[in-house]
This record gives sequence, structure tokens and C-alpha cells, in this order.
Amino acid sequence: MRTTDTDVSATKPSPQQHRAAMIAEAASGGLKAILLKIALLGIVDAIALYGLFVLFLHQQWLIFTLVAAVTVVVNWIYFTPGKLPAKYLTPGVIFLVVFQIFVVGYTAYIGFTNYSTGHNSDKAQAISALMSSAQDRVPDSPAYAVTVLDQFGTLSFLVTDPNGKVSLGSADSPLAPVNNARLDGGEAVGLDGYTSLSFQDILARTSEITALAVPFSDDPNDGALRTNDGSNAYLYLSSLVYDEQADTMTDAQTGTVYSDTGDGAFVAASGEEMLPGWRINVGFDNFARAFTEEGIRTPLISVTLWTVTFAALSVATTFFLGLFLAIVFNDMRMKGRKFYRVAMILPYAFPAFLSALVWAGMLSESFGFVNQVLLGGAQIPWLTNEWLAKISILTVNLWLGFPYMFLVCTGALQSIPTELEEAATVDGARPWAVFRLIKLPLLLVSVSPLLIASFAFNFNNFNLIYMLTGGGPRDAAADVNVGATDILISMVYKVAFTGQARDYGLASAFSIIIFVLVAVISVVAFRKTKALEELNR
Amino acid sequence: MTSVSTPSRVVPLKRPFTFRRWFGRTGWRHLVGLVMVVFSAFPLLYVLSASLNPRGTLTGSNALFSQVGFESYARILSTPETPFAQWFGNTILIAGTTSILTVFLGALAAYSFSRMRFTGRRAGLLTLVLVQMFPQLLAVVAIFLVMSTIGDLFPAIGLNTQIGLIMVYLGGALGVNTYLMYGFFNTIPASIDEAAKIDGASHARIFFTIILRLVAPILAVVGLLSFIATTNDFVVASVLLIDPEKQTLAVGLYKLVSNPNYADWSAFSAGAVLAALPVMALFLYLQKYIVGGLTAGSDK
Repeated sequence: MRTTDTDVSATKPSPQQHRAAMIAEAASGGLKAILLKIALLGIVDAIALYGLFVLFLHQQWLIFTLVAAVTVVVNWIYFTPGKLPAKYLTPGVIFLVVFQIFVVGYTAYIGFTNYSTGHNSDKAQAISALMSSAQDRVPDSPAYAVTVLDQFGTLSFLVTDPNGKVSLGSADSPLAPVNNARLDGGEAVGLDGYTSLSFQDILARTSEITALAVPFSDDPNDGALRTNDGSNAYLYLSSLVYDEQADTMTDAQTGTVYSDTGDGAFVAASGEEMLPGWRINVGFDNFARAFTEEGIRTPLISVTLWTVTFAALSVATTFFLGLFLAIVFNDMRMKGRKFYRVAMILPYAFPAFLSALVWAGMLSESFGFVNQVLLGGAQIPWLTNEWLAKISILTVNLWLGFPYMFLVCTGALQSIPTELEEAATVDGARPWAVFRLIKLPLLLVSVSPLLIASFAFNFNNFNLIYMLTGGGPRDAAADVNVGATDILISMVYKVAFTGQARDYGLASAFSIIIFVLVAVISVVAFRKTKALEELNR
Repeated sequence: MTSVSTPSRVVPLKRPFTFRRWFGRTGWRHLVGLVMVVFSAFPLLYVLSASLNPRGTLTGSNALFSQVGFESYARILSTPETPFAQWFGNTILIAGTTSILTVFLGALAAYSFSRMRFTGRRAGLLTLVLVQMFPQLLAVVAIFLVMSTIGDLFPAIGLNTQIGLIMVYLGGALGVNTYLMYGFFNTIPASIDEAAKIDGASHARIFFTIILRLVAPILAVVGLLSFIATTNDFVVASVLLIDPEKQTLAVGLYKLVSNPNYADWSAFSAGAVLAALPVMALFLYLQKYIVGGLTAGSDK
């Protein structure tokens, strides 16, 4: 690039020129600018230092190293002279890398795990969750006097046992002795750095307090302390026993042994799974499920086909209507064109998410305007019948999309030189031939990148689908929550974020399938447009 | 039929007016126009009428403009369960901050791509084109999980915070916007920079005081497009913002009418009108620039 571009600094500057430029640069920057720069970097560094401190406390070494490295690089870039491109690119690139490129990589990673409801923590957390969920109060448990403490929103128990020994613990850290507690009548009531909850506070946070189980010791089999009233706690023992050596969970009441079989949960010999389990790497399981399980494969295929059909038909219908209107209104003899133009732009100016919601109301089966008023009280299931829902979606998308195509086509038509048309007319071409052989090819060249962009947009047109039909009507035969009008992105959203079981792993696997599809389609599309451009050169 | 641009001269004034000729030339165009105006404007009239209807239901909204009152506006603004004013403020705040920062980050990048020659420049530009093929919402699951991890460590910028949401949006700041701006920056002659440099201006001064002013039209277009895109976003906002008083209009209004048959349809319509009016006014006012910006990408 350096040698081909001639507009700016075509050749590499000599050392003298470079030094002269440096001096000029340094001399021209005002004191204010330098102070501003130092202040801004100071703020960034202060935030970074705070972040590093928090990460240090949480012992997140990988993130700690990354943040530290980025901070050093940023300071180096802005404090050393030169490196101008880096100075201008760094802020945007940081956000791009974290929230666009990294998250794509992370999606790929999640696609290979069983991350889902019931499998969202590590094994140790799953064990403690299991143990605390099956807890029963020990019948002869002594009463432990407790004071509920709050530190930055996290609740802890300050416990005085019947022998007068004081200890502190929270959901994550087992009871540990403390000796600097404030005592009142032999009972610990406060601790420096913590706020003791008042009676009103306890009432306000009852559900949080009664749910809190503080482990008695490091060994989960020792049980936990729980309180119902915020003043007296009792020992609760789990009916489950965890055997660390054998890595098994035993239900003390039934005697069933659940063992870790590598599926991310404790499983009994009968195949019964104990939830919550934990997150493990499952390799290509999610993809295998997507392509082999009948209840997922069939909807995945139909959703993919509908996504492509929907996007292609949306582009085609909006483009042809837009082009038709552009031709109709591109006649200078016609009066009031400006009025029509403004009226037709209205759907484009109205926020898209609102349009879908308004149409959903208008197309409602029993109460909507279309059925009740236009069709005189008919009960046509516009949004709940599989095929009618698809037609409704395309119609609404036509309403949403034709103004854009109209504007674009009008612009493209007007930029075609009139001499071409005149020359063709003189040569005896009929209007239709002029349009088909001259105007349309020229128009397509300038509009085709926008058609591709429009296809890409509709390929992921989540708002329209989700707000108009919610993807429905639901496909009853499918094992995942999908419907007849779902497109890929709305299926990902529904699998990951709606319903009782949220399956992040499967949703991410679907996302990766979309990534691959989009990549293939864009490669093909770009090849095609290049061919088109060369054709007309 | 000599020239199309001076139609009044072409038609001989003596020829009598006949409906058939008028219809054949321009009349049918008006017919098409009329149909399209009804198709385009009707749903908007319907919302307006529904919003003025004091009764709440969907059925009640079917008789257009039968009753006119502002009760539903009062209702949407005063019901505590639907903090509409809060949603409105949140949307303006989130979309405004995002679009300003997007413009700023994008302009910085476009300036360096347009004015500087460095290794990786071409690769960088190509990356920007490629990245826009994969919109953020495809990675929404990963974004949610990343933000919840960040929230565990730094509650102020993690899940359920507006700062976190803005940060996620800024991940898309470089991309199609930068490409649009890059094209526009290239149309500003480099001799202006050079003249300023000879006069002793630093690169920062050239950028902030000269270039940014010259490219103001494209900054406005990109800012507005980014504002509209952010306002319309439902996926990321609905996943990241949990508390009702932190949510945006798209999320809040969707929840309000997720089942239109039983929703307070008039209140929703009133909210929709209030939300849409500023956007539409701005859009129609800046129409020319937006249309120019939309087709700017098609030149290359």
C-alpha cells in the first residue's frame, strides 16, 4: 500500500525529515492539550488499577494478566511519540476485540460445553448446592445465636455457639472463629467492617435470609446453619452424603448411590440424574444433537430453509415494489410527487420495533382491525396459522422495507444519464427494451451491494419475527421451543433465554451454524457482485 | 417529445383536455400513489386513533377516531408498573451516548485509515468489512455470559447495568460506520492537512479543529443511523437489562403488549406515538442526508 498510494506521504521520510516532523509536532501541541491527555490517561489508569485490585482479590489471574498487559500497552502507545495510527485506532479496537471478536470465539467455546440450566457452575459449587438443597434440621440441634451482617450486599452470619465461642461465615465461606466481635451479654452483635441488620432490615430481606445456609466447616457432610427468624440458627444436615474418594453422592434415606460418570452430573445406576450438575466440555455433542436428533434436526432444517426464503423473498418483494414505485414517480410531468414521497417514507421513519407490535395488534385473530373491520368480523388466524403467519410476516416486512428500496432506486434511476435513454429511443428501442436492456443492468450494478446488505439484515431480522408472531405457531413435534415462522436468530434466542430450560450450549452451537452459513453466503454474494461489476465494465 | 425536463412547453396548450390522455400519462400514477399512501399511512393513523381512544382494549380501538381524549397518555405516563418516562429517558441516554461515542471512535479510526499509511492498514479495512457480516446479536449468548461474569467481578459495569450495555454496543462502533466515514474522509483533499501541518498544527489539532468540521455531514448521518439502530435493538437490551426501571422503550413496550388481546392497547399506542414522534420528526427533517448516507456505500 505504501508505494501505491500517492496522496499522503508516498515515500518513507528520511531521518532528518522525521526528526523535523517530531519537533514541529511537539512544538505545536499546546500545554492544555498535554494536560488534557495526561488527565484522561490518569483516569484510564486509575480505573485499570482499581480493576486489577478487584481481580487480584478474586484471584482471576488470566484476566488480571490481560488487563495489566492492555493497560501497559495503552500507556506505551500514548506516552511515546510517533505511532500515530495506533493512537487513533486503539480505543475503537479495544471495544471491537472484546465485544465483537472475543464474544464470537467465546460462542464457539460454549458450543462445545453443556452450559445450560442445571449445568452452569463448577463441580464444587454443584456439590454444595446439592447438599444444601436436601437439608433437614437436626432434631436435637442446639440453638446458635446469630446476628445477620451485611457487607456490600453480601449477607453473613455472626454466630455465638452455646459455649460462647464466636465465629463468622457466609454462603461461600464456612464458619471461622473471630475474636474482635462486639459483645452484648455474652452474645456477639457486631463486627468492624460489617453492618448489623436491624429488625426492619431482617423483615425486608426475609426470603434472602431464610435461604442462606452457612456451611459448618470445610467438609460439606458436616451440614450448615440456617435461620428462620434472623436471631436463632440451627444445624441442618443434608440427607445426601458426599464421598470424596469414590466421588459419589449417596442418598442416606434411600441408599441410592449417584456417581460422576463424566456427564456433568451425579447419575444413579438407574440412569436418574441429580440436578444441579456442573459444566463440562462435551466436544461435538451439541452439534451431533443438532444434526442427528430427530426432534432438533427437523426444526433446524425447516428454520434454516425459512430463514433463507424469508430473507430472499423480503429483498425481492421490497426491491420490486420499490423499483416499480421509483419508475412510476420518476416522471417529471406528475404533480404532487413530493407529497407521495413523504407519505411513503413514513413507514421507514416509524421505529421498526413499534411497527411490528402495531401490526401484531391489527392482525389479531379475534379483536384486530383487519379481521373485525376490513373483513367484517372474520376469524382469520393471520398470525397463528403456519402459512398465513408466513404471508403476514412477508407483508409486514414489505410495508417496513419498500420505502428504503424506493429511495435507493429513485436515486439510482436519476443518476443514469438521460443521453443513454435518448440514444436508444433514437435507435428505435421501445420503452420496455430501454428499461430491460439499459436501465435495469445499470441500476443493478449500483444497487446490488445494498441488496446484499438488505439480505444480510433480513437474515437476522429478529425484531420483526419475535414481535409479530414470536416465531409461532409452535411446532409441537420439536424438542426445542421453535415455531413455524422462527428464523435462526430467534431460535437461538428462544433456546437460550426463554422457557424453563435454558440451553446455552445448544444455542451457541446453533449460532456457530449461522456463522458458517453467513460466511458461505457472503463469499458467494461477493463473488457474484464482482462478476456483475466486471460484466458492465 | 424533445426534452423531459421542460414538460409544460412540450404539451401544446391548444389541445383540449381529455381524461383518457391525462390518465394514460400521469393519472394512473396518482392512482398508484393513492393506494401506496393508504397502505403506508394507514397503520400510523390507526396507532394515532388508538392512542386517543380512552378505552383500553384492542376492540375499542377499531372504531377510528370515534372518541378523542388524552386519558391513555396520562395512563402510560403515570402507571408505576410501566415507567414509560423512565424508559424514554433510558433510551435517549443509552442511544445518545452510544451514538456519540460510536461517531467519535469511528471518526478516529476513519481518520487514521484515510490519512496514514501503515502496515496492516489494508488488512484492517478488510477486517472491518468482514466484521459487519457477523452482527453482534449472533453472539448474544456469549455476550450475556461474559457480562454476567463481569458483573460478578465489577457489579457497576456488568449484567443489568446501562454502562455495560453501552460498552457492548460500542463493540460495533468500528464496522460499517467506519467504512462510511472512511469514504467521506477520502473526499476531503489531503492538501488541507498539509497546509495546516506547515502552519504548525499538530495531528490532534488538525483532526479536531479542521477535519471533524469538514466531515460534519457524515458524522450526523452515522450518529443518526447509530441512534436509530440502538433504539430499535431488542435482543441485547432485553438480555442485559433486567430491572424494569433500567430497561429501554423497545424492551418495556414489548413486555407491555406481549399479548395484544389482553394488553392496555390505548396506553401502548400512546407510548408508541410519544416514542415515535421525535424520531420521525428528526428523520423527516434530515431525510436528504440520510438518503445520501444510505446510498453512499453503493458507490464502491
